[in-house]
Amino acid sequence: MTTITYSTPEPAQQSIWHRYRVGSRLQSVGAHAILLIYLMIAIFPVVLVIMNSFKSRQAIFRNPYALPTPETFSLAGFETVFSRGNFPLYFVNSLIVTLGAMFLIILCGAMVAFALSEYSFRGNTLLGLYFALGIMIPIRLGTVSLLRIIVSLGLINTHLGLILVYTASGLPLAVFVLSNFMKQVPRDLKDAARVDGASEYRIFWMVLPLVRPALGTVMVFNMIPIWNDLWFPLILAPAENVKTVTLGAQTFLGQFVNDWNAVLASLTLAMVPIIILYILLSRQLIRGLTAGAIK
Amino acid sequence: MNSLAKSISRKKFPTHLLVFLGPAFIIYTLFMVIPLVDSLRLSLYAPAEIRGGAEQFVGLANYQRLLTDPNLSPRLFGAIGNNFLFFSIHMFVQNPIALLLATLLVTVAKRASSVYRTLLFTPTVLSFVLVGFIWQIILNPLWGIADDVLGIFGIQSQPWLGLPGTALPVLSLISVWQFVGIPMMLFLVALLGIPEELLEAARVDGASAWRVFWGIKFPLILPTVGIVSILTFVGNFNAFDLVYTVQGSLAGPNFATDLLGTFFYRTFFGFQLQPGNPTMGAAVAGVMFLIILLGVVLYLAVWQRRITQYEL
Repeated sequence: MTTITYSTPEPAQQSIWHRYRVGSRLQSVGAHAILLIYLMIAIFPVVLVIMNSFKSRQAIFRNPYALPTPETFSLAGFETVFSRGNFPLYFVNSLIVTLGAMFLIILCGAMVAFALSEYSFRGNTLLGLYFALGIMIPIRLGTVSLLRIIVSLGLINTHLGLILVYTASGLPLAVFVLSNFMKQVPRDLKDAARVDGASEYRIFWMVLPLVRPALGTVMVFNMIPIWNDLWFPLILAPAENVKTVTLGAQTFLGQFVNDWNAVLASLTLAMVPIIILYILLSRQLIRGLTAGAIK
Repeated sequence: MNSLAKSISRKKFPTHLLVFLGPAFIIYTLFMVIPLVDSLRLSLYAPAEIRGGAEQFVGLANYQRLLTDPNLSPRLFGAIGNNFLFFSIHMFVQNPIALLLATLLVTVAKRASSVYRTLLFTPTVLSFVLVGFIWQIILNPLWGIADDVLGIFGIQSQPWLGLPGTALPVLSLISVWQFVGIPMMLFLVALLGIPEELLEAARVDGASAWRVFWGIKFPLILPTVGIVSILTFVGNFNAFDLVYTVQGSLAGPNFATDLLGTFFYRTFFGFQLQPGNPTMGAAVAGVMFLIILLGVVLYLAVWQRRITQYEL
């Protein structure tokens, strides 16, 4: 693009260049206009909810589009949420489940990916296919039997039950993405370490940081769906002490449907941490997404 | 020397292999493969007469009942029909919007593009539960936000989620609102992968942006179009959370928003006075399994084989 402005084209060509440049500027204005309109659609509901959660009940209805002012400011909703709900506990539960599952998915997934890409053993391809099967089949379809297994293992209403289920469903994609990356780590590097007497486990820990972008991708694809899942917490861990935020918000909102302050406050409370986390991580997430999808 | 070391390590029992493969294999097999297979098996049984009793093998009787029982078959076909509508709205609204946004994101400056995509992706990180409630209160006539906004375009106020005719399309659009970010990102990545020289050459030849898009970009990102389509299909045919949050497990009004996921849940756990039936639930899951499998096979056999992959 910049080369165009530096070059001095022949008069005959000038009109084409000129048209191209004017056209592209018009196009760019149009692009921004459409993006901004869609941005409004995407953000407006979220902003509206957060804004109104800090207002008194009257102000919510009288003037929903105004920012809270000193006169209309109210924390009544948050007070209800904190006195009647267990949101801090729900957050801790969600964190334990999500982080636990992420840790296991990444560790176990990377170990399988390493073994599949590093060693040639009998059944290697078959094992790869076995793991790949799960990429397209949703684990939810096995719920009837899964519930029995979880009950018989005594894992009902535990964090561990949820963690293991999410790990199982996240592993196939993790193995697939990570083994594609592991194959690209130069052979010489690993053989050099072997000559120096490094154990296979040491080599694994050496390779792991080299596939960091892929680990990012695996995290993106797993973190959000696990945090947001309603199905398995509802079925496998509905007890109050292990409720995740998603299920907790669902039951709380169901009970307080007519208390607008409480509804808005609990929505804000459940939403804001994940949005902040997302914005902080968004660069890594997008880089991970890009790296994963290109290769 | 090297080959000697190799031959020694080959003879040694590969403990490290077991350590690397074992944990994942056990977790994946126990909590995913066995439940899926066992669920299909259970769909061939009648539920135990007494709690804890043994189930009776009944062959395909559950499936037969699903297809013919006057209480079950309208629900099954209703859910399948609704699910196809749900899927088509995602295919023909969500994915084109995502493609449009991605195409525009490529043209704007890098810094602006990253701000846009971060914000456009925000609804995607929220849970169905939050999204469901946000839209319920926005559409609530008591608050009147939707009426205000639609009023600008001269659209009359309606109980959008309460009418059988509008409930499912509106729910689908809510889901589109939430998930447009994912296909957008996938399209964006594909579009960024197209070499600039190719596009520059076409522009110098005087091709319009429209022609560049349909003549060069679109054919090159066809593999991503396929991936997005199959991901949408699988996701939609196992959707549950949004309908459950907004309309409850009865998927009202009058089952207008019933999807296979909610039908599965109701059959499995029961509702109101109807007791749950795990093995019939497993049969519903079996039907879902078949539909999803059919979609995946169709994608692998037809789409993936027919489109040309360009090496870039």
